[in-house]
Amino acid sequence: MTASQDTGAAPRPPHQVLDESDIARVVTRIAHEVVERAKGAEDVVLLGIHTRGVHLARRLRARLAAITGREIPLGTLDITMYRDDLRMKPARALEHTEIPPGGIDGRLVVLVDDVLFSGRTVRAALDALGDIGRPRAVQLAVLVDRGHRELPIRADYVGKNLPTSLREAVKVQLAETDGRDAVLVGDRDYAALSSQALAAGRDPGSGDAPDAEQPSAPHLPE
Amino acid sequence: MKRHLVSAADLTRDDALLILDTAEEMAQVSSRAVKKLPTLRGRTVVNLFFEDSTRTRTSFEIAEKRLSADVVNFSAKGSSVSKGESLKDTALTLQAMGADAVVIRHGASGAPLRLAQSDWLHGSVINAGDGTHEHPTQALLDAFTMRRHLNPGAGRDLAGRRVTIVGDILHSRVARSNVLLLSTLGAEVTLVAPPTLVPIGVESWPCEVSYDLDAVLAKTDALMMLRVQRERMNAAFFPTEREYSRRYGLDGIRMAALPGHAIVMHPGPMVRGMEITADVADSPRCTVVEQVANGVSVRMAVLYLLLGGATPADGAPAGPTAAADAPAGPTAADAPAAPAAEESTP
Amino acid sequence: MTTHLIRNARILGGDPQDVLIADGVVREVGTGLGGADTETDATGLVLLPGLVDLHTHLREPGREDAETVLTGTRAAARGGYTAVHAMANTFPVADTAGVVEQVWRLGRASGYCDVQPVGAVTVGLEGKQLAELGAMHDSAAGVRVFSDDGKCVDDAVIMRRALEYVKAFDGVVAQHAQEPRLTEGAQMNEGAVSGELGLGGWPAVAEEAIIARDVLLAAHVGSRLHVCHVSTAGSVEIIRWAKAKGWDVTAEVTPHHLLLTDELVRSYDPVYKVNPPLRTAADVAALREALADGTIDAVATDHAPHPAEDKDCEWAVAAMGMVGLETALSVVQHTMVDTGLLDWAGVADRMSFRPARIGRLAGHGRPVSPGEPANLVLVDPAYRGTVTPESFATRSRNTPYRGLELPGRVRATFLRGVPTVVDGEPVAPEAVAGGAA
Repeated sequence: MTASQDTGAAPRPPHQVLDESDIARVVTRIAHEVVERAKGAEDVVLLGIHTRGVHLARRLRARLAAITGREIPLGTLDITMYRDDLRMKPARALEHTEIPPGGIDGRLVVLVDDVLFSGRTVRAALDALGDIGRPRAVQLAVLVDRGHRELPIRADYVGKNLPTSLREAVKVQLAETDGRDAVLVGDRDYAALSSQALAAGRDPGSGDAPDAEQPSAPHLPE
Repeated sequence: MKRHLVSAADLTRDDALLILDTAEEMAQVSSRAVKKLPTLRGRTVVNLFFEDSTRTRTSFEIAEKRLSADVVNFSAKGSSVSKGESLKDTALTLQAMGADAVVIRHGASGAPLRLAQSDWLHGSVINAGDGTHEHPTQALLDAFTMRRHLNPGAGRDLAGRRVTIVGDILHSRVARSNVLLLSTLGAEVTLVAPPTLVPIGVESWPCEVSYDLDAVLAKTDALMMLRVQRERMNAAFFPTEREYSRRYGLDGIRMAALPGHAIVMHPGPMVRGMEITADVADSPRCTVVEQVANGVSVRMAVLYLLLGGATPADGAPAGPTAAADAPAGPTAADAPAAPAAEESTP
Repeated sequence: MTTHLIRNARILGGDPQDVLIADGVVREVGTGLGGADTETDATGLVLLPGLVDLHTHLREPGREDAETVLTGTRAAARGGYTAVHAMANTFPVADTAGVVEQVWRLGRASGYCDVQPVGAVTVGLEGKQLAELGAMHDSAAGVRVFSDDGKCVDDAVIMRRALEYVKAFDGVVAQHAQEPRLTEGAQMNEGAVSGELGLGGWPAVAEEAIIARDVLLAAHVGSRLHVCHVSTAGSVEIIRWAKAKGWDVTAEVTPHHLLLTDELVRSYDPVYKVNPPLRTAADVAALREALADGTIDAVATDHAPHPAEDKDCEWAVAAMGMVGLETALSVVQHTMVDTGLLDWAGVADRMSFRPARIGRLAGHGRPVSPGEPANLVLVDPAYRGTVTPESFATRSRNTPYRGLELPGRVRATFLRGVPTVVDGEPVAPEAVAGGAA
């Protein structure tokens, strides 16, 4: 399915590609895949990447508990200190990084994020993991893969592949932060041109992919 | 946040909480096997110490290294400074060498502000203690320690917490920075000292003053004992060491008068037998060692927030407050001219 | 000698009149005068007697990198001065007839303004042994004002003896009032600001205690006393009390103590570091009032030039002092005239008549009337300009007024009829060198 055509037409308002029930179904499917591929998920540790990856990880953990009858260790990861674009903005506030009590050494770490785009966030997360411990393996689960990778990174579990153009922005909204569950696609500069049209959605900025997932222009040498 | 950290007064409540919350995250790093973050890779930080202070210098150095900064220690001893090179020439030299930040300890009050307001160097200036003026990172680590014990949790301040600071207030940069920062965070600060060691003009400070330690102990959540140098005795600030410790020292009996939850703090180095007895210094209520550990976390947070993002040296737009700390320039002289206007009788 | 006519000048701020100058003296004052070789249109300008500074640091000999007698007197002329008292804290100290004569001769050679050397009270300004006060008086310099300025004559016995001794030749001791023990390590006025800034406090009482002692000593031995750069409200009260007793006590205040306060020190910029230190707004108000009611007799600049490196540094190691000759009249207009506290006749009294009388300078501080020496200054009170140190004639740039807009400007200065400043700028050195002496 093609979500957009690369034309020079006027910016389009965002349209919804996943709704609440789609997202719930996708999370359940990923949970089953994790159990399948991780052979019962016995040594799995979930690590949600701030901000929406943390909420998705919590939902995934609840599904895994329902499927396996066990509590899967859950942690959170703030990758700010490992970003490659720190010097493009004033210093950012940090989110809480919480490593589960058992640590990650020898475990199968499943990183959870909302959108996979350039791959830079995941690169930063892998660097952070290396400083925290030595997992047996690392896998990646994302709600949406929108393409345009800038690094050799791919997801192991994908909720939805969403081919997009670079002119477009993908917005993930989750009830925990945004009041509702939805995935929206719209023109990147639409918000600037017509912010009130987005008001029906909510804050145009919220739910957008994290900055590290925007292709960085210009590219930094590091 | 401003571009420099010269005074605790530079910090708004939001700034201070941001530093404390960031420091909590940094503290985790210090407990990992790999105590290192790549954040300040390629940044050069100079520790410019005109006074000996192994503790503070080491704390900054560890913080800088944990953030992967390139660290240069520039000590006045054995350098051209001791041969009469001026602060200005030293600063120009460091600028030419590409320092992104200068952590300065200086015996002269105001030297860090001079550096920050001059065009001698363009990097951030972090005050690591200037004369008898300020020591803002010490106040931050003290506030961090107090918050952990008295109101733990990200985003929380010290509203209503009662802090008593005892000792040589007059000569203490720690006291000045703490009074400013703790009041910003909502704490109620009381200074306790013999009248000779209380500065003239203290009435304008956001704190209370008492000459009687015993009277305030029961109303104290955190008791901070300051070092009292023996040489003050020679300048007649107090008669004898014995009399000082009897009236203003902390011993086990006085500690027992504190509420059960209260902590005892000291910025170090302690003078055991003077302001604090050995049994108090070694008691579990004394947070001295914890303060040292917290110092690294807080300094990492300050370094990250000042240097981790875009800085003017990158040619990128600086934070929105960058323009605000430009020197006031000629308009400063307008202020005292005010009496003329008031008395004007046209 | 040529004759010169100043047309339509407001003498001491009065109605416009013409002043005819010939042979270095005022020949005629009136309206519709004519027949002079040259003429200055002074419409709108105020004519004052040449200003007299009781307190100038010319730095020569010894610190010619900061100022020389030539550059200092050019600055003085540009500020409207026709006579300055050169302080004794040079290298070597002006504590012998030889040094004071040297300074006096350098002043004569410059020709921009008369230089009256001040002799040290004690040898090397050390407060221990009286310098040869009589020899300095008997020298060509004819010293009558003695001061250890920069240091206080704190030994009560030495001070008493000095006060007594100079009576023999109608001298006066000008005291720098600063109790040394109370000001050990002092960096700025002791008060709320020093407490916050962590800078060593310089209590008002350290000045007031010495002044109180000295007025009592002067009264006891029946001598004249002059108090240098009074800076506190308490000092004013003591001097007012002493004058009410009928004792022969005079006092001066600097322009900067009439305008600036210790709040400026918050910048830690050593351009505001001065001795005595900048005080509070309440002190500034008291000093203005005292100058207006005559309790304080004179404005004295305490012009203290320093090379850039002595100010381009941290506060604690910076030198104390500010240049002031070229801004004094503007600051006085700003703080005293434009506020209605003093009229131009009052300015003439505090900046010329009284300081000349305190220094016993014949030929200066005289009324603008026929037969009097033509030591005159033309001031444009309507002018407003921004202080630009780069335009100063002094060799140093340590002014606290950089960038400040101040009123008034000296348009011309005459020393015994010879123009030393024309259109606001000093004339070429060869035009005045030796000629005015």
